[in-house]
Amino acid sequence: MDTFIAPTNLELAIETKNLEVIYGDNQAVFDSSLEFPRHKITAIIGASGSGKSTYLRSLNRMHDKSVTVNGQIIYRSVDINQPKINEYEVRKQIGMVFQRPNPFAKSIRNNITFALKKNGITDSRVLEERIETSLKEAALWDEVKDDLDKSALELSGGQQQRLCIARSLSLRPDILLMDEPASALDPISTEKVEATMRKLRKDYTIIIVTHNMQQASRVSDYTAFFHQGRVIEFNRTQDVFQTPHVKMTEDYISGNFG
Amino acid sequence: MDEIKDRLLKPSKATHEDQRGKFISYLSIGLIAVLVISILVFITIHGLAMFTQNGMKISDFLFKTDWNPGKKLIGALPMIVTSFGVTLLSALIATPFAIAVALFMTEFAPKRGAKFLQVIIELLVGIPSVIYGLIGLAIVVPAVRTIYGGTGFGILAGAIVLFVMVLPTITSLTVDSLKAVPRHYRQASLALGATRWQTIYKVILRAATPGILTAVVFGMARAFGEALAVQMVIGNAAMLPQNLTSPSATLTSQLTMGIGNTIMGTLPNNALWSLALLLLIMSLVFNLVVKLIARKGRIK
Repeated sequence: MDTFIAPTNLELAIETKNLEVIYGDNQAVFDSSLEFPRHKITAIIGASGSGKSTYLRSLNRMHDKSVTVNGQIIYRSVDINQPKINEYEVRKQIGMVFQRPNPFAKSIRNNITFALKKNGITDSRVLEERIETSLKEAALWDEVKDDLDKSALELSGGQQQRLCIARSLSLRPDILLMDEPASALDPISTEKVEATMRKLRKDYTIIIVTHNMQQASRVSDYTAFFHQGRVIEFNRTQDVFQTPHVKMTEDYISGNFG
Repeated sequence: MDEIKDRLLKPSKATHEDQRGKFISYLSIGLIAVLVISILVFITIHGLAMFTQNGMKISDFLFKTDWNPGKKLIGALPMIVTSFGVTLLSALIATPFAIAVALFMTEFAPKRGAKFLQVIIELLVGIPSVIYGLIGLAIVVPAVRTIYGGTGFGILAGAIVLFVMVLPTITSLTVDSLKAVPRHYRQASLALGATRWQTIYKVILRAATPGILTAVVFGMARAFGEALAVQMVIGNAAMLPQNLTSPSATLTSQLTMGIGNTIMGTLPNNALWSLALLLLIMSLVFNLVVKLIARKGRIK
């Protein structure tokens, strides 16, 4: 299979070397080596079942105890795909937002402070400050600042998803993994989430899995194309979409398969 | 920045907590496993003593009808027949009622009515079995006597009392399985022009069948194991029942009646342990049946 992986020559936030993910007898990701530049948005695109979500979930060890992940995940020059690594600390640095908004059945305030309190931050001034900055970063502050004690479940789907983003940001992670964060949202909410992502790029490294190619081209700086568990092409987004090097990428982008 | 790298490499409070939690849960599991295994081993050893030490034959135990361990007569067939009799009969009466009540609660009743019924059913579960027995003794037995003659004690009285006792069990489990039927099944059926009854009959009940069967088997397990209430209305005569209204005895009633009057290690005592072993085996069988139903009935 033809592949093309462009070097980034940038400071990296995280990279994988020969990563493979195996579910029982089924291998979902093969030999994937990718570099994710710091403070950029990298989109992972591909058809359903191409292994893109599986790949993403291995980056913060969400597969622990359920599937086998081989290969290296280099973060801060440490291979974090080793048993001796403290996976809880990994997940504090590498946050995740899921496909469906999954706020806790708690107030907006407590959704944000949940992780902080579990980490021993109890100073109410610090907590208030984190609530405000996280919600502002997720572009939700103006909409909810007056009812922080309202149940998060009363928010609309788009607001819930931005709350989930704010919740991930409350821990000040390095990297934010997003697994099709807008696929359950309507176009207006999607636009807000995308605007949020563009703003976050300044301070965070974002890796987003999406099957919406327009979304990938709109928000991302780099794009990786996955097919049948392999990285087919990785390059700057505009290059992937305008001058793809691999025929398969071109076919996928122009809608000839997938 | 190196501080973070450091934290990645070191165990933290969270990982210690993890380890402690794991230790506690394994410890609890271990204790429970030891407990269960020792109960099984204990009952098995005692239950087999009659055959190994006293030289009785298993076939005599299972198929002979004369029970008088003091005179080396150990035919347990009357108790086996009666136990199955009351169990099957009570489940047979209870199941249609349970399904009807469950359907009413999940499909028809307004929310308040369903909640009210829920409370009543929970109440029924909580009533001590001696009270059921007492009511059976005071009302069911005389009623059976007046209608069918005889003493009134027997399988019929036992089954009626057990019917009331297993009804809440079967009902609440049936409610759970009906509630687990996805809403979109109902919508799909109704959108095809099916009536409410057709939807219930062909779609909802069909989808809930494994759950309902499981509910029935659980009810039967409860009926099979019930001792006190049955003992009060069954008549306690270790004889093969001639009909539904002749006095008889179940495995459990024979056990509770006899255990205080025997001496550990003697044949009469060992015979009771064998009854206990039989009960244990039956409850394992009931469990197995539930598992099988759950596996076979799963809609693919």
